[in-house]
Amino acid sequence: MLRFIFRRLLQTVPVLFIVATMTFFMMRLAPGGPFDSEKNVTPEIRKNLEAYYGLNLPLYRQYLDYLGRLLRGDLGPSFKYPNRTVNELIKEAFPVSVELGTYALIIALILGLTAGVIASLKPNSFFDYVPSAAAMIGICLPTFVLGPILILVFALNLKWFAASGWEFGSDRVLPALTLGFYYAAYVARLTRGGMLEILTQDFIRTARAKGASNVRIILRHAMRGGVLPVVSFLGPAMAGLISGSFVIETIFNIPGLGRYFVTSAFNRDYTMVLGTVLFYATLITLLNLVVDVVQVWLNPKLKFE
Amino acid sequence: MPGAPSSLVQATAVLEAAEEGHSLWKDAWYRLRKNRLAVAGGIVVLILSVLCFIGPFFLRYSYEDQNLSLRQTPPGLQHWLGTDKLGRDQLSRILYGGRVSLMVGLCATAVSLTIGVLYGAIAGFVGGKLDGVMMRVVDILYSLPFTIFVILLMVFFGRNIILLFVAIGAVEWLTMARIVRGQVSSLRKQEFIEAAIALGLRRRRIILRHMIPNVLGPVVVYTTLTIPAVMLLEAFLSFLGLGVQPPMSSWGLLLKEGAEMMEEAPWLLIYPGLLFSLTLFSLNFLGDGLRDALDPRASKD
Repeated sequence: MLRFIFRRLLQTVPVLFIVATMTFFMMRLAPGGPFDSEKNVTPEIRKNLEAYYGLNLPLYRQYLDYLGRLLRGDLGPSFKYPNRTVNELIKEAFPVSVELGTYALIIALILGLTAGVIASLKPNSFFDYVPSAAAMIGICLPTFVLGPILILVFALNLKWFAASGWEFGSDRVLPALTLGFYYAAYVARLTRGGMLEILTQDFIRTARAKGASNVRIILRHAMRGGVLPVVSFLGPAMAGLISGSFVIETIFNIPGLGRYFVTSAFNRDYTMVLGTVLFYATLITLLNLVVDVVQVWLNPKLKFE
Repeated sequence: MPGAPSSLVQATAVLEAAEEGHSLWKDAWYRLRKNRLAVAGGIVVLILSVLCFIGPFFLRYSYEDQNLSLRQTPPGLQHWLGTDKLGRDQLSRILYGGRVSLMVGLCATAVSLTIGVLYGAIAGFVGGKLDGVMMRVVDILYSLPFTIFVILLMVFFGRNIILLFVAIGAVEWLTMARIVRGQVSSLRKQEFIEAAIALGLRRRRIILRHMIPNVLGPVVVYTTLTIPAVMLLEAFLSFLGLGVQPPMSSWGLLLKEGAEMMEEAPWLLIYPGLLFSLTLFSLNFLGDGLRDALDPRASKD
């Protein structure tokens, strides 16, 4: 297993290199620059700015410089937030996104697993149709529809929560629900499918014949195999939670990394964009690795390859 | 998935053909018709498409006509679904936007279909080292944060609609390639293909008559499920201000404008949201129904 993890970690290095290179040159080939939108920039000031950030050097030199700094873990200074480094900005904004993502994931798992298990126990009955229909609605109600609707109902009309912001504990509720509900729907569908397949198998019948209680059969015997599809979904889901946070953080005005990413792309903040992309790419590959390890642990039939 | 089941169904289908004259496709059609939700989904999609593509010709207002004296009027007799902040007729904007959203869905899916099927078929058919390399590339691409790249692409290279098709299509082809490759490479090892080879059939006949019909099912199913995913991605981009640009209209853009105005004019958010969700709903039900009808494994229950 250690060898597997080590090999996978080694594989991420070229992937990250490709990501860095692609993003770097894509940004530079595109028209526009970080100081275009600033007012009162005389040509001299612009020249000084560009010299200060090394933007006047030939492109390949800038690229090599960037890679060199990257090896030391330095993502460079931000072009739009003066005197701030990208490392600082990420360190500040990322915990907010993680907090939001964690709540959403917890909501998704609790709601989704419960609904999925209930639906699988009596297929094609009332207890199946209601959660299944709810899950379908959840999938077809994207976050950017559900979010504004929740704000409209619970913030503007009922005034239970603030419409936006990230100051108080109650500010977490609506964004986490919006993001969590969408994934809960997927989790529910996958759980239902996985459980249905497991519950018809012989070892479940054996357990039942031996007099194991229903709760024990479901929780101990069936769930372990039944949640496998959910676990393999978690990898892409985490990536989705991250990109979902672009929209959620924009809607709810949350100072997380997703919103930073979108605004810095608009602002042509080269280093900030590159830093965030690399950060996300690393995160996603690591999460995928964790998911793969957990999957093998849950399902001994799979092997590390 | 690979292995016996599809050949088994093929065999049963052949048997049935001998008895009752049912082909695999007729069987699938029969199963699909029995699935009420899928049929309802198909009908709704059809109605919505007709409305979006033909409807605007019969409307009094065009999607871009502004009437500044009638800003944000609630739904009423003159403007059935109200007007937006520039006094544009919301009904016509929704229908026109639906046309754009559906077009994006279809075109981008076509792009991803072409790339994915060709790539997967080549990898699966040639096999060996090439297959290994090609699938490794897909694995690596899978682990990249693609939404992020699409966002960057749209920000940096202008927001035109052709680029939108290409960008979305380029993201969505990966799964298609995997599905097709899995099908093709498992088909190649199956007895009926070996039999066909042993019978001395020409390669073209084997591909056209035996391979393609067997690959087609999963491709059709996945295509119907890709369309809603693509529409979702378009709406996501437009919502961030990166997709379709005003004064054009698309459901994502309308949702963005609606969300900005929801306090003063909630109908601007509610109607596009309703219609968009209804479309996704119907497409997903249709896709699920098709999967049950065409996927030999799922059709057992």
